[in-house]
Amino acid sequence: MSDSIDIINAFALLTNFVILPALSYGSQLALGALAVTLVYSILRFSNFAQGDSMAFGTMLVIIISGYMISKGWTITGFPTAILAIPLALVGMSIYLLAMDRLVYKHYRKIKAKQNIVGITASIGVMFVTGGIVRFILGASAQRFGDGERFIFSVREFKAFTGLQQGIAFKTSQFLTITLAILLVAFLFYFLQKTKTGKAMRAYSDNTELALLSGIDPDKVVRITWLLVALFTTIAGTLYGLDKGFAPQQYHLLLLPIFASVIVGGIGSPIGAIAGAFLVAFSEILLTYAYKKFLIYLLPLSMHPSSLVQLIGTEYKYAISFVILVIVLLIRPTGIFKGKVIDGD
Amino acid sequence: MNTFFQDNKAFIYFAIMALILVFVGMNQSWALALGIINMSLISAIMALGVNIQWGYAGLMNVGIMGFAALGGVSVVLIAQQPVSEAVDAGGFKMFIALIMGAATITAGIFLNRKGINKWLIAAIVVIGYLFTRYYFSEAADIIEKVDPAITGYLGGFGLPIAFSWVIGGAIAAGAAWWVGKITLGLRTDYLAIATLGISEIILYVIKNEDWFVRGLKNVYGLPRPVPYEVDMQQSEWFQNLIAWINRGELQLLSQTEQIEKLTDYVREAAVVFVKLCYSGLFIAILVAFIVLSNLALNSPWGRKVRAIRDNEVAASAMGKDIKRQHLQIFVLGSAIVGVAGALLVTYDGIFIPTSYLPLRFTFLIWVMVILGGSGNNMGSVLGAFIIWFIWIQSGPMGLWFVEMLSNNMSEGSSSLEFIEDRVHYLRLVFMGTILLLIMRFSPSGLLPEKNKQL
Amino acid sequence: MAYLEGKNLVASYGVVPILHECSVEVEKGELAVIVGPNGAGKSTVMRVLLGMLDASAGSVTLDGNDISMLSTQDRISQGLAFVPQTKNVFPSMTVEENLQMGGFIRKDDISKTIEEVYELFPILYDKRKQLAVQLSGGQRQQVAFGRAMMTKPSVMLLDEPTAGVSPIVMDEIFSNILDVRNAGMAVLMVEQNAQQALNIADKGFVLVSGRNEHTGTGKELINDREVRKKFLGG
Ligand SMILES: Nc1ncnc2c1ncn2[C@@H]1O[C@H](COP(=O)(O)OP(=O)(O)O)[C@@H](O)[C@H]1O
Ligand SMILES: [Mg+2]
Repeated sequence: MSDSIDIINAFALLTNFVILPALSYGSQLALGALAVTLVYSILRFSNFAQGDSMAFGTMLVIIISGYMISKGWTITGFPTAILAIPLALVGMSIYLLAMDRLVYKHYRKIKAKQNIVGITASIGVMFVTGGIVRFILGASAQRFGDGERFIFSVREFKAFTGLQQGIAFKTSQFLTITLAILLVAFLFYFLQKTKTGKAMRAYSDNTELALLSGIDPDKVVRITWLLVALFTTIAGTLYGLDKGFAPQQYHLLLLPIFASVIVGGIGSPIGAIAGAFLVAFSEILLTYAYKKFLIYLLPLSMHPSSLVQLIGTEYKYAISFVILVIVLLIRPTGIFKGKVIDGD
Repeated sequence: MNTFFQDNKAFIYFAIMALILVFVGMNQSWALALGIINMSLISAIMALGVNIQWGYAGLMNVGIMGFAALGGVSVVLIAQQPVSEAVDAGGFKMFIALIMGAATITAGIFLNRKGINKWLIAAIVVIGYLFTRYYFSEAADIIEKVDPAITGYLGGFGLPIAFSWVIGGAIAAGAAWWVGKITLGLRTDYLAIATLGISEIILYVIKNEDWFVRGLKNVYGLPRPVPYEVDMQQSEWFQNLIAWINRGELQLLSQTEQIEKLTDYVREAAVVFVKLCYSGLFIAILVAFIVLSNLALNSPWGRKVRAIRDNEVAASAMGKDIKRQHLQIFVLGSAIVGVAGALLVTYDGIFIPTSYLPLRFTFLIWVMVILGGSGNNMGSVLGAFIIWFIWIQSGPMGLWFVEMLSNNMSEGSSSLEFIEDRVHYLRLVFMGTILLLIMRFSPSGLLPEKNKQL
Repeated sequence: MAYLEGKNLVASYGVVPILHECSVEVEKGELAVIVGPNGAGKSTVMRVLLGMLDASAGSVTLDGNDISMLSTQDRISQGLAFVPQTKNVFPSMTVEENLQMGGFIRKDDISKTIEEVYELFPILYDKRKQLAVQLSGGQRQQVAFGRAMMTKPSVMLLDEPTAGVSPIVMDEIFSNILDVRNAGMAVLMVEQNAQQALNIADKGFVLVSGRNEHTGTGKELINDREVRKKFLGG
């Protein structure tokens, strides 16, 4: 190891262990947070079933891609899971629409206090969903990614750049970032430019006036669930490709996802995305051990002996929580003013 | 007939539940029946706490297990003997580390009130944190190295276990006060998500900080408030009592058979006796809580609470008052959950952090409250008995169902083993479905609240 | 039979009865005004006419056809349009989007109708890319009015269209209302400013505690001693 100050290698190190992981984790959170935001804006409740729904969608992908692999319906080097998404989406849409029909629709009809009833009902749905997933796939962790693991590996990067510190760009990271950009662009185009998307915004903005304008509430709700299915399935699959699939892990994603939504300002799509990256970067920056990074940057005499890790990795969920608490204390509306008090 | 049923609904439901438990006692075993009863009683106390929050103020606590775990921790901290070696080795250092942590936080809050530059405060807090963390990890290391297989933690204060119930409630109340202070007055879901978060964090701390309550290594052999089975078996009066109770049967046997049989009976009876002692204890505490909360709810304070819940116009006129009152209720309810958590660990005699499955048990308590009829304390108790019974029995019932299937299937196929392996997850589905069905078709539960104002 | 007619309407919110056999009607090319004290049930009548609240008795007919059983959306597509008293725009959408949403149910090209609304309210054209929430009270009322115009309705129901606007804007809005009436639309309007409203009304209903207290032409009501004493301040 050199004893001079080496900014390029330090930066490569940071890219490999902080920036790329945080970008892809942030993208996964953002997709989940957007699903929560959609449900919140249209159906007016915080969907506690989001984490387990993501597990459900991922389960469908695992089952379908497993079947496809067994039949040899694969593309060399490409994760079969991604190819399985369209079919899984069909299943997920049916599942969510069925849940809406069986559970949530009733409370819309009787005009219940939607947030409080919706939370309770979604907790019920969360258990049903989580139970089904665990029954079918078991509770233990598994990996389901196949295909090429890297766009370029550490070794290839080092050979190409001659740097001492390598950067690996995982296929899952590449897919996550690409798909997230595409999906977000699609969502914003849909909401801003299409008639149906505008109708959804109108419905979210002023439900009564939307009805007076002849907007069909059932259709708005249906489309919302379809979008939720899309975002949920893809978010879950990407997270699983990146970090493996474990139902409990997915369940707990609820915390960072809600933190993202609230930090960004509940009900605001842009806020959800900003919040997701804030949470992801905080989580990874605070749990990263900076020892090697500092060794690159500091003269030999100042090299640290400890890991220089601010918070143990085991407490990463605490970080979302602390961010949440800080936001509630300082600016309860979130970054992009959301709705702070119940009822309207 | 119908009005008779309406008037005596609570009594009839409880009578049916009692009959079922007696049936279990006679057909399966009394120890099992009492085990179910005791767990139901503890659940009932927890449900009571949640009912006070949810039923009386509409406050959603999704972190019940976290507060219960705090109660459990207090049992270890209060009742275990101190590990003097560990205390001598690292106790002081840990003390300093914790003081430093507390000082950092206090300084942060104090300077913030003084209106000092935010960045300066942030810098001070970060530096304080780094120092704390440095001392802390060193202290934790030292403590955890002291005979890790048996201790590796500081132990407790060696006080009578009954103190831990009070302290458990107090610790839970403290955590609730903090969470409530931040989230109450804002949206309902903020409280819900914050309680979920705090409970996960509490559990992570308990699991990871070995120096504290041994983490995943569990704490065994907690003291008991009731006699041990072995002592009972050896005490003469107990043997005589059992002999007297079973005299009719014993008389017919030969001398050696008599002794053998009696030993059997005494062993069984000792188990039942100990469980009965616990039942007595839990019933006493449960009754005390019910009486107190009913008194409170019929006091002027309680009337105001209900008025706020039932009448939004009046509520909004009170504004700031609501927040204070909700905070009181939230703290109170959480304290009761904390007490129940302490009782749970007392009853188990072991502290197992991994047994706090937030997903399952927080939710079970919720189903209990909603099934019983939110807002009605007796409803929560009834709900606790029914749901705990279903929860316990649905495992065997599910297996039984699978075995039925397997008898019909010609060969022991692999899919069957698979189902047996996973069948207990269906209980989650089952409980979720029960919750959704009650919400949908009988939102006021089995025993609807009586004094709800329309 | 009048073009739009609500006859002997009875309605309640939950168990609290609000309307007691209340009747209102309006012809094409006519401006009818409902006046009355706060809480009399004026807004409630509007809601019943639109099917946003179910009447427990009475009927609503449009051009002789009973529409009591139709949903709100169906009544809108039958030619009713409504400007609610409050929350009558989509705040986080632009002026133009508000108008587009107004014409949501139309299958044909709505750009011409949007042009017409801009002609009626030129200020809205200048502000068409702005969010409704950023407009002044008067401009927002114009957006609300314009949004309702987008279905090219045959009946326009307005709930206090001049609430919270300056006298100048009020005159402007009244003149717009007269314009659409003159174009042949039936206009039924709830108004707080009873004097001015009855002045321009063809027909008036005075509602008290959910009952018709007085009915007549605008002139008759203005000249009625009792009405003047009770509702017009002398
Ligand atoms: N959504 C509602 N729920 C219950 N009561 C209502 C509701 N809306 C209005 N009211 C009551 O109905 C009565 C009539 O209201 P409204 O029709 O708005 O009166 P107006 O428009 O003449 O001022 C009032 O006493 C009001 O308090
Ligand atoms: Mg009104």
